[in-house]
Amino acid sequence: MKRNSETAGRYFLPVKTISVLAVILSAIGIMSFGIKNKKGVTKSNIQFENSNRDSIKSVKAFMDVYKVLMSPRCVNCHPSGDVPLQGDDSHLHTMFPRRGVDGKGVYAMKCANCHQPANTPGLNTPPGNPNWHLPPANMKLVFQGRTPHQLAKQLMDPKQNGHKGKEQLIAHATDALVLAAWNPGDGRALPPMSHEAFKKAWTTWIENGAYAPKPSKVKARP
Amino acid sequence: MISLNINQKTYQVDVSPDMPLLWVIRDIVGLTGTKYGCGVAQCGACVVHMNGEAARSCVTKVSRAEGQAIVTIEGLSQNNDHPLQTAWNEISVPQCGYCHSGQLMSAAVLLRENPNPTDDDIDAAMAGNICRCGTYPRIRQAIHLAAEMQRKGIKNKN
Repeated sequence: MKRNSETAGRYFLPVKTISVLAVILSAIGIMSFGIKNKKGVTKSNIQFENSNRDSIKSVKAFMDVYKVLMSPRCVNCHPSGDVPLQGDDSHLHTMFPRRGVDGKGVYAMKCANCHQPANTPGLNTPPGNPNWHLPPANMKLVFQGRTPHQLAKQLMDPKQNGHKGKEQLIAHATDALVLAAWNPGDGRALPPMSHEAFKKAWTTWIENGAYAPKPSKVKARP
Repeated sequence: MISLNINQKTYQVDVSPDMPLLWVIRDIVGLTGTKYGCGVAQCGACVVHMNGEAARSCVTKVSRAEGQAIVTIEGLSQNNDHPLQTAWNEISVPQCGYCHSGQLMSAAVLLRENPNPTDDDIDAAMAGNICRCGTYPRIRQAIHLAAEMQRKGIKNKN
């Protein structure tokens, strides 16, 4: 009997400890819901570890990022539909080329049939890049019509951003197609800031916590 | 000197690397079936196949075409008996005919990738080929007929 009691005690003690820990952890979890976000920001779905959290700095940087991403040079290849946009007024691409499964067009209407590895000189000629394409059908990365809040949350969500983590997102600022926005070919407007300024804003947004602006702050463009 | 493979023949051409492929095909090699339309990839009259894709030769520099398999309307078939050519003839598709080598080359890519295209597939494939005569209904009809002939293995009904 004595031996049985001792055995029972040894088994009982961890259960009690675990129960106490569970209560404490639950209380911490419940309390954390009560902590209010700073005014004007909401956290993205995904938060990177080791970020220097500064929501005001992060949101301010994102608003600069947003101006670039919503410029025709970026939004034209991130349409809400399956036809790319064209021109500084972001009208539907003439000829209505379609996205296709891989984002590179369909049948006789593939992007690279007209878009060469480099810009074709002259007005109204196709701009070029060796990798010209839209996002693929299973990861459309829509910019058109997104509010700052929606776009920030989308960019941070690996399920919607092309499965990119923090380092990949930062590196994406110097992707060849991103850089092509600052070499748009004759007669097309540049994004509203230099690539250097964009890269700095992009990195600042991510490094400071990748906060999303509050939903009501700015209406969607265009 | 640039080496080009056009319709399975090799041509050595002494031209500037940035000369449009269309100019080389027409003015240097002498294959004039491919037409000049707009010069800025807007109309589709200049479509040739480059490695099987419907490249617009007016904006394609000859340097990009070097070493690639180029096919022009003259090389689409051995005896002008591609199902599309047969269907085009049967339905009398062209009016002035200027755009139709480009139309045929684009339609050939469609039929290779989709042997049984719907009207929507035809729209998606052919929207970049403009016809000032407005022969679009006959083009659509001919593509359906060519698809049927291709599926049945008919090369030439005549």
